[in-house]
Amino acid sequence: MVIQKPAVAGTVESSDALVSVEPGDGKIELTLTSSVMNQYGRQIKETVLETLARLGVDNVRISVVDKGALDCTLKARVECAVFRSSDASEKDIPWGGMIQ
Amino acid sequence: MIPRPKPERFRLRRTMMFMNAQKPGLIKDAYIYGCDSIMLDLEDAVAENQKDAARFSLYHALKTIDYGDTEVIVRINGLDTPHWQEDIRVCVAGGADGIRIAKCESAQDVKTVEAAVEAAEKEFGVEVGRTLLMAALESPKGILNAYEICTASDRMFGVAISGGDFRKCMQTKPQPDGVDMLVARGQMLIAARAAGVQCFDTVYTNLDDMAGYEAELRQNKAMGFDGKSLINPKQIRLVHKLFAPTEKEILQAEKIVRAYREQSAAGVGVFTVDGKMIDIAFIPGAERTLKLARACGLWEGDLV
Repeated sequence: MVIQKPAVAGTVESSDALVSVEPGDGKIELTLTSSVMNQYGRQIKETVLETLARLGVDNVRISVVDKGALDCTLKARVECAVFRSSDASEKDIPWGGMIQ
Repeated sequence: MIPRPKPERFRLRRTMMFMNAQKPGLIKDAYIYGCDSIMLDLEDAVAENQKDAARFSLYHALKTIDYGDTEVIVRINGLDTPHWQEDIRVCVAGGADGIRIAKCESAQDVKTVEAAVEAAEKEFGVEVGRTLLMAALESPKGILNAYEICTASDRMFGVAISGGDFRKCMQTKPQPDGVDMLVARGQMLIAARAAGVQCFDTVYTNLDDMAGYEAELRQNKAMGFDGKSLINPKQIRLVHKLFAPTEKEILQAEKIVRAYREQSAAGVGVFTVDGKMIDIAFIPGAERTLKLARACGLWEGDLV
């Protein structure tokens, strides 16, 4: 998917994450802050990058403010932000395809 | 991915607890509270501009979290919104056990949802007929059409009344004796029993008034409800306690069923147990008591 405009999903409540995306400079640029950075920083980064790869996103500036979100929550927030960035988040989502 | 067994149309549903599908912190712990069903909410608990985000959260929550024996129902947005079709797709794709139709007013509403569910089951390779349905009756029209709603589909397992919206329509508010909704509750119960489906009462919203809550539960049980909708884990235990048959009721039911079998084998139709007249009309009730007792973990016999 192509990031067409800036978009945000999630919150900074406990167990959640706030994900912002905007068009990049030809690559993936990830900024991560997390309340559990020392323990889970690497795993969070992997989850975010894997999710972007599944969505076919390779050109994005993405910021993740993590508040101890589970992997399933991180995925949900990244996916929602990406789909919102191309106004495609409301219907005909490829559940079980790109989203899994 | 946690595979879930095929949903049972009729199972124990004493407690059905609402949880906001958009709040990851809530959903991940949902199963530990021990309610019979959880109701992940895409409707009123989710703000209008977060409906899309709630579906992504819901999909992963359905696919990732092990809910064990807890039934997982999703409340979808009303048919008068632009959201319900995608809500149904995500429920079916994620493998929810059932869907609660909000603001249901007619058999046609049920059929509309059923058609979309079937289409989604085919789209996502889910066994056709797997996804169960229940309806929330939230308006006078919904109550008046309760019987046609209950019988509109083989997927229907029950109906629930939704007090907030209903009382608003009726220009009333909660009364200590329940008189505000007595007729509606009664009419819905009659329709559900006539149709052979389950019937659930509305939520009790004042979490601090446990005495009022208990009074309402006792009335629910006396009226014959199968279960209650809840908004907080602290409401669960009292329902399970009050809705369970007492030891006396279990012993009595056991005696009745045993005596009936002996007597009918001997060609006797009406007889007495502990001084009370018993005939065939008492048997379904006694059997139901024993089944409920077993489901509550209070009885281990093999009479039923």
